[in-house]
Amino acid sequence: MSLFQRLAQRLASTRGALADGLSSLFRGGRPIDDELLGELERLLYTADLGPTATAVTAELKRLHGRGELHGEEDVRQALHTMLMERMEQDSGEVDLDTHSPTVILVVGVNGSGKTTTIAKLAHRFQEAGKSVLLGAADTYRAAAADQLEIWAERNGAQLVRQHTDRADPAAVAFDAVTAGVAREVDVVLIDTAGRLHTQKNLMDELDKVRRVIDKCLPGAPHHTWLVLDGTNGQNAIQQARHFTESVDVSGLIVAKLDGTARGGALFGIKEALGLPVLYVGTGEQLELLEVFEPEAFVNAIVSAGLETPSD
Amino acid sequence: MFESLTQRLTQSFAGLRGRRELTAENIDEGLSAVRTALLEADVHFELATEFTERVSARALGAERVKGVDASDQFVHAVHEELVELMGPEDATLEFAKRGPTVILMAGLQGAGKTTTCAKLALHLRDKHAKRPLLVAADIKRPAAVEQLRVLGERLKIPVFHKEGVAPPDVCAAGLAAAEAGGQDVVILDTAGRMHVDDELMAEVAQIADRTRPHNQLLVVDAMTGQDALQSARAFHERLTLTGVVLTKMDGDARGGAAISLKRVTGCPLLFLGVGEGLEDLDPFQAERMAGRILGMGDVVGLVETAQENIDEHEAQAGFEKMVMGSFTLEDMLGMIRMVRKMGPMKKVMGMMPGMGSLGDMDVDEGEMNRLEALFTSMTPGERIQPEILDVSRRRRIARGSGQEVGKVNELIKRFKDLKKGMKQLNKMGLGSMLGKAGKREALAGMSPTGGMVDPKAGKGPGMLGGLGGALSGGLGGLLGGGGDGAGLGGGLGGGLPDMGASGMGAPGGMARPMGSSPTRGQSDLAKQRKKDKAKRKQKRKNRKKR
Ligand SMILES: Nc1nc2c(ncn2[C@@H]2O[C@H](COP(=O)(O)OP(=O)(O)OP(=O)(O)O)[C@@H](O)[C@H]2O)c(=O)[nH]1
Ligand SMILES: Nc1nc2c(ncn2[C@@H]2O[C@H](COP(=O)(O)OP(=O)(O)OP(=O)(O)O)[C@@H](O)[C@H]2O)c(=O)[nH]1
Ligand SMILES: [Mg+2]
Ligand SMILES: [Mg+2]
Repeated sequence: MSLFQRLAQRLASTRGALADGLSSLFRGGRPIDDELLGELERLLYTADLGPTATAVTAELKRLHGRGELHGEEDVRQALHTMLMERMEQDSGEVDLDTHSPTVILVVGVNGSGKTTTIAKLAHRFQEAGKSVLLGAADTYRAAAADQLEIWAERNGAQLVRQHTDRADPAAVAFDAVTAGVAREVDVVLIDTAGRLHTQKNLMDELDKVRRVIDKCLPGAPHHTWLVLDGTNGQNAIQQARHFTESVDVSGLIVAKLDGTARGGALFGIKEALGLPVLYVGTGEQLELLEVFEPEAFVNAIVSAGLETPSD
Repeated sequence: MFESLTQRLTQSFAGLRGRRELTAENIDEGLSAVRTALLEADVHFELATEFTERVSARALGAERVKGVDASDQFVHAVHEELVELMGPEDATLEFAKRGPTVILMAGLQGAGKTTTCAKLALHLRDKHAKRPLLVAADIKRPAAVEQLRVLGERLKIPVFHKEGVAPPDVCAAGLAAAEAGGQDVVILDTAGRMHVDDELMAEVAQIADRTRPHNQLLVVDAMTGQDALQSARAFHERLTLTGVVLTKMDGDARGGAAISLKRVTGCPLLFLGVGEGLEDLDPFQAERMAGRILGMGDVVGLVETAQENIDEHEAQAGFEKMVMGSFTLEDMLGMIRMVRKMGPMKKVMGMMPGMGSLGDMDVDEGEMNRLEALFTSMTPGERIQPEILDVSRRRRIARGSGQEVGKVNELIKRFKDLKKGMKQLNKMGLGSMLGKAGKREALAGMSPTGGMVDPKAGKGPGMLGGLGGALSGGLGGLLGGGGDGAGLGGGLGGGLPDMGASGMGAPGGMARPMGSSPTRGQSDLAKQRKKDKAKRKQKRKNRKKR
């Protein structure tokens, strides 16, 4: 089931016959006016669109002023177009055939979902017939390597880890890539410790991991993916900005979109950095990773209901 | 990338300066600046609107102070309102009268529950002389039990787990084990769960049913967006939350989610997680949080760090010298070293008003080292009498420090600008006042946040706040190299409405609108602030008694 289908189902189950957020604005045959557009802005804001919400609403107001919006369907169309334009990107599965092995470095702030996402990616790639090796370069957090090891076992993926406390993450990454080359695996996924983007020394450490990987296998890592927590708000933009500056992020994965959060900060990230969104995580199980579909993402935003602080 | 609120207010109030009255018309721009700041901080849309309405009523209403600059009055109202909303700040954990105190930790995935369990255990053992037991009740996430075990081992605090049973049973067994083993606090680490997952929400409710926790804490990531409202509400519906812990506050998240948390749970914010280390747990402080959400820097945090690491007398002496104009390079070095003692520059700068938003400005320690090297390549005589620094001395210093002569010149120019700025301030009446009884008061009043910091009879945070601000301006100028002014914005700009206009001190100056002017150190507003402060203190005391 896709993200949108699941969402639609949940909406249907919890809200009875209520239609999506946008049509609820038009309930009772309300005319399009500033008040209605204001509520629409609120709907977008509560999906974490931030300044994009204001921009989009302003554009709708302009269209309305020119007499181009006549009812719910027009608004829906216009909104859809505007949001889709902002989400535009080349889609399709990641190419894993050019390099052997393809080395993917996974980075992100603390607890965003990196390790779990790596397990899901491994699962996905293996289903596609690839052999996968995981490198446990999070040598900092308690039991981080154990966590990855359990996932590797469940997946039947190979694992390179160290058992000493606080080993050098770059050394683990080096070992993992070396093993990946020697064992001729198709994909090497490197897990890294969570770090806040404001921690310069830790960002430098990450850069060092990258450089060491490149020494080990020139041109690698071939991808550096940033895992964002879908429940995060505007701070996600700062994360994307700083991680991109430090380690040249090439793609985004948004985890935890199985709750009520909509991940609207992606709009700001797209606008500022233009990074492609590759996958979304929609649960804790191995299978719950979906290829990002702008359409479903945009629809999910419009479908959200309006929450009020006091209901 | 975000403009700080103070920056924004400065712009929107440009036309308001000098005017005495806030009116329904001229307040609008200010309100919209506040609202934008709140939204950028991830405050829930609805709550941001609600808040600005209340601020408007407050600023225009009965509590307003006559004869005070409109923008000062406005910022005061905003800040006070937010502090009130965030409080109380002295809430504590509830301890059981008999038997072990049970603390349940719940929250979304990856919020920081397990880490916070360990931090809390350490806190309770070291600060409250408790004997905690950690209970590992997350059987879902791979290696979650092991994670808690490792943390417990590090702290030498026991960790309980029971294989093969459901989490409510693990918790009940843990409680029994604590009773048997003489532990007086039981901390239950539960699995992360989405609030829409009915099964798991029922499970956590069942854990609460079985163990009757005295404290049911919701652990929330400070980076959480608008969804904080919905998720917190769902947890509150299933549990009887008693408090909230906001984690990952060591980054640059503004933490607006805190407002939603307060609003929908009605529970006090108890602790802030400020790092991955197990000692990185701070008690919650409303003023600090308010300043942060508004984008005004973590002034209180800075002052506290300063208090812990700065020799009070040394600091005061340096600051007074600076004010009196007898400030030398030697004093400047002393100040820089003092600030560096507070921790890595990045962290310190992050806490400074206005500097927090300079995320893009890298304050690397190397640069600080190079700066210090310039000072240490001078002779003490040169530091005390900078006038003697001629071309050949400068060249020698450059060689000695392994840097270009330009760097030496730059430092000396900054130093001169700093002194010049001081002189100007003195001319504006500060000096004369300082000679008199009000000196300490004035220094206190110069804290970059004015009403935010308790002057405590002139000693303590107020003065240090002033120092912090002065240094943020000064160092900001030195490091950033931007701004041709004296780099004094934070310290004195804190109180001088007109300094910003003369382009003094780039980043520190952002703190300006929060300040009370030392030239009117005993203004009505200042008096009012003191009264408010006293009132709040009294309220706090009363609460404690109850
Ligand atoms: N509901 C849900 N939970 C997720 C998702 N992805 C990860 N999680 C959960 O989020 C929590 C944190 O995930 P991790 O994979 O450990 O996160 P991390 O980024 O590796 O964390 P650190 O290494 O500590 O920085 C775990 O409880 C995961 O099960 C998702 O898509 N949906
Ligand atoms: N920088 C920072 N990191 C933190 C803080 N608190 C927790 N973390 C980190 O956040 C990540 C997740 O923390 P956990 O304690 O595993 O979170 P959790 O809520 O137990 O996660 P689940 O059990 O998977 O739901 C880890 O990498 C922690 O080290 C904090 O205050 N600051
Ligand atoms: Mg991890
Ligand atoms: Mg946990």
